Amino acid sequence: MTESPMLEMQGITKRFPNVVANEDVDVELYPGEVLALLGENGAGKSTLMNVLAGMYRADEGEIFIRGERVEIDSPRDAMLLGIGMVHQNFMLVDTMTVAENIILGLPDLPFVPDMADVHDRIRQLSKRYNLQVDPESRIWQLSVGEQQRVEILKLIYRGAEILILDEPTAVLTPQESKELNGILQQMTREGKSAIFITHKMEEVIAFSDWVRVLNKGRLVTVKQTGQTNPQELARLMVGRDVLFRLEKKKRELGDVALELKDVSANDDKGLPALSGISFSIRSGEIFGVAGVAGNGQTQLVEILTGLRKVSGGTIRIFSEDKTNKTPLEIINSGVSHIPADRIARGVAGDMSVANNLAMKCYRKPPLVKKGFLHPARILELARRMINLFHIDTPTPHTHAKFLSGGNIQKTILAREIDACRSVLIAAYPARGLDVGATEFVRKQMIQQSEAGTAVLLVSEDLEELVTVADRIAVLFEGRIMGILPSAEADTERLGMMMAGVTLEEITA
Amino acid sequence: MRLVFEKRKTLSRKALFLVPLVSFLISLILTAILLAIFKANPFVTFMAMFKGAFGSWPNFTETLVKATPLMLTGLGVLIAFRLKFWNIGAEGQLTLGGIAATWVALFWSPFLPTWIVLPLAILVGMLAGAFWAGIPALLKVRLKVDEVLTTLMLNYVAILFAEHLYYGPWRDPKGFGFPGTPQFPDFTWLPRIAGRAHLGLIFALVLALVLWFILNRTRWGFELQVIGNNPSAAQTQGIKIAKNIMIALLLAGALAGLAGVCEVTGISRRLQQGLSIGYGYTAIIVAWLAQLNSIAAIFVALLIAALLVGGDQVQMMMGLPAAMGLVLQGMLLFPMLAGSLFTEYRLRIIRTQIREAQSGG
Repeated sequence: MTESPMLEMQGITKRFPNVVANEDVDVELYPGEVLALLGENGAGKSTLMNVLAGMYRADEGEIFIRGERVEIDSPRDAMLLGIGMVHQNFMLVDTMTVAENIILGLPDLPFVPDMADVHDRIRQLSKRYNLQVDPESRIWQLSVGEQQRVEILKLIYRGAEILILDEPTAVLTPQESKELNGILQQMTREGKSAIFITHKMEEVIAFSDWVRVLNKGRLVTVKQTGQTNPQELARLMVGRDVLFRLEKKKRELGDVALELKDVSANDDKGLPALSGISFSIRSGEIFGVAGVAGNGQTQLVEILTGLRKVSGGTIRIFSEDKTNKTPLEIINSGVSHIPADRIARGVAGDMSVANNLAMKCYRKPPLVKKGFLHPARILELARRMINLFHIDTPTPHTHAKFLSGGNIQKTILAREIDACRSVLIAAYPARGLDVGATEFVRKQMIQQSEAGTAVLLVSEDLEELVTVADRIAVLFEGRIMGILPSAEADTERLGMMMAGVTLEEITA
Repeated sequence: MRLVFEKRKTLSRKALFLVPLVSFLISLILTAILLAIFKANPFVTFMAMFKGAFGSWPNFTETLVKATPLMLTGLGVLIAFRLKFWNIGAEGQLTLGGIAATWVALFWSPFLPTWIVLPLAILVGMLAGAFWAGIPALLKVRLKVDEVLTTLMLNYVAILFAEHLYYGPWRDPKGFGFPGTPQFPDFTWLPRIAGRAHLGLIFALVLALVLWFILNRTRWGFELQVIGNNPSAAQTQGIKIAKNIMIALLLAGALAGLAGVCEVTGISRRLQQGLSIGYGYTAIIVAWLAQLNSIAAIFVALLIAALLVGGDQVQMMMGLPAAMGLVLQGMLLFPMLAGSLFTEYRLRIIRTQIREAQSGG
């Protein structure tokens, strides 16, 4: 450790209307260090980092870089000071190449940039940090993990000394996470520093030197990572002991609610995405779908909700043929859907929380009568849901886009669970949520199944699947590698199936 | 000291109300400067404009005459804009509505009881407008053809078709070469209520109220809101996007078509050159300034009509170019659009200076 800190943030306070996002928060970072910012959704981690990256201005507090007091008014100011941020949603231009994205917006760019030179520099940096990506490929051709590498390269190319990563592993496979860790280590060895926002305990332990825990906008604790453990951190973060185990009552399974026979479907490019998919889910059962992202989960959810046509096979809901029916027909047969991309598909951001909550049952009385809406009843419904699901919103009239990710998810959950009558399709319902909200979501799934709903749960989190689901199917390249009762599921067998080995091959 | 824009976290109600007001004042000041350059007394000119538009009963009714088509086309445009369907084809839809009404008034009259011809002309005119908006809507939902181009180009088709008719086959043989059709029989005239202001004004006012109710208080209006806001969410909730865009655009076209019907049956009583003085384009300004609120659109249309009429008066009384009305219209729009920034953002003044800091690399 060197004598002076690379970065100091002192007494940072940031207020938004109706909420204090950060209150008197301090941060200290020395060269070569990795700092983990841990906290629940809405704890103020992203706000704090956005202040550092020049997206927001702090209302109070001071920032020092290498001992000098600085004002950061824009991302460009931040960049000039060597601070760069990889946002949760990548800021890349899809139709442009990796190299073009990297040099985009550089202040000292010549009118006609020497692309060969740029490519060379990128290749050198890629090699040095083991960030493998072809500078000439276009962004839309890259996987999410590769896109993240482009974002990191972009920052290194601009000479960033302090890297801020917002939930970097939320979109990565375990393998990619490991690679990211390697990249961070290489960078810290060169004296660069990193701050990453997370709420995954394992990552804090694996990645960081120091951890700072935020709760409701305040700094709760500062710990050296080696001197703490996941249980302690979880307790500090939530302010209570976390129940990682969920209780499941023994329950009687009902009739077959959802049945797929030999279903196949194509992706957007017309290539086969699913083939020979057959399974059935009974009322009261939770059926988990595991697999590395991009192995047909998206398409599976879409065909079950009417958003995509199947190219073969049949889908039955309560023994009625619902193959290639419209989303509305499927909704009317009692199917609810928690979409994977909650912002893009789940809510209308510029509409009120109340209207978002009404978005499923606005078709029927009591919310509507002869085609006329009943605003008072919509509000009443909204108030009830906000209480029941603990949605943290200033008023029911607040636009949904002003809520935090976790509260947006609660809004969707409230709407879909309230409207659900027989089948719940949940895609990554706890992704990106904090421990408290995750537990809440999982409990809701279990409660639904106890009430007799057939639940299909798509998840990347094996622990979640094992604790919540009754049976687990593993998807690999659009095929089911095997279906296991979760009591018999172990990480080894699930892992092998996720890597493309069928259950028969394993047991054989 | 530095000025920084910050996005507001919630919409400010005060700003929503104050911004248009302040913008209007700024535009008056800007115009005053311009007038001073033309050596006209700004105060006298504004008074003349105001008197021209509102100063006497006949002048006021003329303002209403100009406001009526602006209201109707403005309503049509704002329905489409709420769906983020950039309909700039109100001009063509208006024109085709006028053509269709002319067709009914001139050529169906001999075969029908007189009382039914006007209602029929209104109906057919609205259907024609709907048809003209339906084409780009269908192309958009079926083939994803960009509606900006199709709606714009169909304007030219409709306008040139109208020219062809009144210069060619429908031209009045007794019209001394004047480009226009013969006058309609009097039972097809839209009744006037004050001066030249006609029943179309009542249609517009009623329709604005009905439309507000539909958009804000009905199931269908709710669906349109969701589609306009997030089509993917709408699709996920089982809302039929293509069908709703079609219906909304047919309705939008019908409203613009009605504006055309009212112009030919209420004002000119024939199809002739100058059917529209760009109402369909000004409608875009109306919809935008009204922030896509149908009730606000009524008042904005009235304001813009007043600028048009008042501008004419300035030309006649003060020898200024008539374009001054249009200039003021433009001057009005810019501060308004710039002002809308302040409803979404707020300005912050930062007193401390950035210290120079060396960048790494």
